[in-house]
Amino acid sequence: MPVQDYQAVIGLEVHTELNTATKLFCGCVNEFGAEPNTNVCPVCLGLPGSLPVLNAAAVDAALRLAEALGFRVPAQSLFARKNYFYPDMPKDFQISQYEEPILSDGSLDVDGTPVGIERAHLEEDTGKTVHVGGGGRIHEADHSLVDYNRAGVPLMEIVSRPDLRSSEQARTYVAELRAVLRAIGVSDVKMEEGSLRVDANVSVRPVGSEAFGTKVEVKNMNSLRSVGRAIDFEIERQVGQLDSGERVVQETRHWDEADGSTHSMRVKEGSSDYRFFPEPDLVPVAPSDEQRARVRASMPELPAARRARMVGEWGVADADAQILLNVEGLADYAEAAVAVLHGGTPRDVAHWCTGAVQAFLRETGTTPAVLALAPDGLAELVDLVADGTLSRSQAQDVLGECLREPKRPRQVIAERGLAQLSDEGELASVVDRVLAENPDVVTQYRDGDAAERKKKRGFLMGQAIAATSRQGNPKVLGDLLDQRLST
Amino acid sequence: MTATEIAAAVRSGQRSARDVVEEHLAAIAARDRDLHAFLVVVADQAREAAAAIDAAVARGEDPGPLAGVPVAIKDTLCTRGVATTCGSRILDGWEPPYTATTVERILGAGGVVVGKTNCDEFAMGSSTENSAFGPTRNPLDPSRVPGGSSGGSAAAVAAAFAPLALGSDTGGSIRQPAALCGTVGVKPTYGRVSRYGLVAFASSLDQVGPFATTVADAALLLDVIAGHDPLDSTSIDDDHAPVSPQLAAGVAGLRIGLVEELTDVDGVQAPVRDAVAQAGAALEAAGATVERVSIPSAQYALSAYYLIAPAEASSNLARYDGVRYGLRVDADHAAAMNAETREAGFGPEVKRRIMLGTYALSAGYYDAYYRKAQQVRTLVIRDFARVYERCDALLAPTSPTVAFPLGAKTANPLEMYLSDVCTIPSSLAGHAAMSVPFGAGEGGLPIGVQVLAPALGEPVMFRVAAALEAAAG
Repeated sequence: MPVQDYQAVIGLEVHTELNTATKLFCGCVNEFGAEPNTNVCPVCLGLPGSLPVLNAAAVDAALRLAEALGFRVPAQSLFARKNYFYPDMPKDFQISQYEEPILSDGSLDVDGTPVGIERAHLEEDTGKTVHVGGGGRIHEADHSLVDYNRAGVPLMEIVSRPDLRSSEQARTYVAELRAVLRAIGVSDVKMEEGSLRVDANVSVRPVGSEAFGTKVEVKNMNSLRSVGRAIDFEIERQVGQLDSGERVVQETRHWDEADGSTHSMRVKEGSSDYRFFPEPDLVPVAPSDEQRARVRASMPELPAARRARMVGEWGVADADAQILLNVEGLADYAEAAVAVLHGGTPRDVAHWCTGAVQAFLRETGTTPAVLALAPDGLAELVDLVADGTLSRSQAQDVLGECLREPKRPRQVIAERGLAQLSDEGELASVVDRVLAENPDVVTQYRDGDAAERKKKRGFLMGQAIAATSRQGNPKVLGDLLDQRLST
Repeated sequence: MTATEIAAAVRSGQRSARDVVEEHLAAIAARDRDLHAFLVVVADQAREAAAAIDAAVARGEDPGPLAGVPVAIKDTLCTRGVATTCGSRILDGWEPPYTATTVERILGAGGVVVGKTNCDEFAMGSSTENSAFGPTRNPLDPSRVPGGSSGGSAAAVAAAFAPLALGSDTGGSIRQPAALCGTVGVKPTYGRVSRYGLVAFASSLDQVGPFATTVADAALLLDVIAGHDPLDSTSIDDDHAPVSPQLAAGVAGLRIGLVEELTDVDGVQAPVRDAVAQAGAALEAAGATVERVSIPSAQYALSAYYLIAPAEASSNLARYDGVRYGLRVDADHAAAMNAETREAGFGPEVKRRIMLGTYALSAGYYDAYYRKAQQVRTLVIRDFARVYERCDALLAPTSPTVAFPLGAKTANPLEMYLSDVCTIPSSLAGHAAMSVPFGAGEGGLPIGVQVLAPALGEPVMFRVAAALEAAAG
């Protein structure tokens, strides 16, 4: 059967590192990139005799997610031990949640389709192993070093129901979830740094079938793009297997970004039996009504509502609103600029943000918060276009310079003598000169059909703008030109 | 001298802490080679601490309620910079970078730590014969065991190496050796005393508690170590009224129950049974009412305990993998290093319990074993609750027998497990319980009578214990 005769069934497990000040069960600083083994203590090293104490801020983070995605918060949830041996896991068990997670039954709207979220739970991260020698691969390594700074960092695992049907939907789900997590301020959600990790459960079934196919878990996607690519690859691989009469094997597969395919991972011996049991060193988590009310009162506007407002009140296209919200801090930047506009429109602010500003952020890997051009500088630029001081193409140049150098738009205009020429008398003589120099074109315009006229008018406009060294106000020039051509 | 007397003498400047410490170090030097109560004696550290206390007294400061009192610490409690092995090869030479909350509190109260005491490996055992570093002998009869797992602490107090000691009790590991060595031993209510720094055996059962020669001394030490600890999530957030002021309150009007299922069972020696009956009579004579009560589920408690405790232990002891501390047996890859380290580092009893616990938690067996055991635990709690509607405290034997000869039970683990049959039910319930010397049995060896009280029932429990101590003379 061709691919289109199969339906993909996808569920996603998203692990997000919470940005609490300290780790989940001890007072060690939770930060990325510190000197190895500097943010450690007896508790996160799992030393004999140490005991975990739950960080209340992590519970707050879960409660924020509950508010955002409509999760049910049981009166009481339990931590459990997940037992398995691994050198970077200090206690050789992970404190996680199993039978009674802190959140259950949420949902996230993905392009108008509600995607169910079965559960979200809190757990501790493991340390990080570095294999030394042998090119960093475990089997050839001379020895291995373990950094326990990450051990005990709070993670929230968010498990969707198998409600997604395409890689596109899966990507949108992750992008939207990421925007929500960022908006509620609980995680840095950086896939490249591993603060957001996505595992996909993928299966395929003939269209119309109700039964699920055999699912395969795909790991190691470290960007939104690789989530999409890995799922697409996996769908095609599974369809190919079924079509050639083979069976899909239930297994975990590793996405290889370089060769664009998934590879079967060696199944860890006994990995299926984690011998979960309730963590006796912790008491049940029972968020109080006060705690929940406090969280509720501090909830920000969520991405979906914010997007709707940008589309409705600013007149921004949905796709652009999407970009504003998916790039960290960009929506806040745009809002700050809109707040101080004098004459310009929010739509124009959004235009520059999703265009030049976003491109600059991507190129330099920075965030809006540290841009040389503060939001009021962007508002200044938008206002200068609105009042005719700058043409759009001039504004593009000015913005480029303001993003690179700590300069305000007015300063760049002054330095470059860039201000747009709007004086009607001066521009009228330019137009007259252009018409006089191109009598043939004028004739062709007058004799031509609508298409011909459009073409010739465009040519004459270009000549006129060039004659003002690109400083002529295009609107004034256009009006003058039309006036003369119609007589 | 009792701890109470020593502290009073040191605080008032009548005796120097240095003098007290030297006396006890001399006793250890004279006799511990034979008894082996200690794994480590920290003589220099103890002398320094004593000197600091004397200096404080000289400055007119009060060093605290344990001023100058030597205290022995079970080796399951972490002591910064002092080897902490839990009687296991796998932790040989490990020096913790931190100190257990209970030990910190003793030091803060002016106590002087003299050393770390021997115990069954990871507190798994009832005779201290499971220590990887050799057994401890009972000071009252060195051919016999001191009980366990806190046998070293019990022996240290019984041999007057220190008037006070800390032990840990999971299923009877303080009470049973206290009984066998003729000392007072207290297992506080679960959560009354911090577990931070107590190397875990079975987290939902472990409690730290005192050994002493008198009920008053045990109360003195309990009052120092009890109280909420933010580092232990299971520590009860309560200011815990001290028990010491209760000791003289007497037992008039108290309702005491004799627990049938813990007294009239096979294996309880006749003199032990008689001692419990005499203890009841003594309390009656002192104004209490005494009746026989029943905890029907108690007969299942031992079986439930030997599923729950090993299950938790199998997880708690996973961390001894050779990666970060203690013993490491090098191998070609990490999994082999884990396995070989654990093979070499753990003794047979620890391995047995890890196997039992791993099995009880395994997929397909969890419901039949671990979950069922937890249900029994709930039943035990319910049965106790019913009895405590009518009674303020209960009496039972601590140990079915007096101290037994070394080697008598090492060949049969089940027989050894039965040593804790009387202490386990209150452990499962998380209640308070203590052992008080009361009478003598076979060979003149001491018998311990167990006083049980509901959660946070220590004040009443100590009143009963004080009355028994007075009656025993």
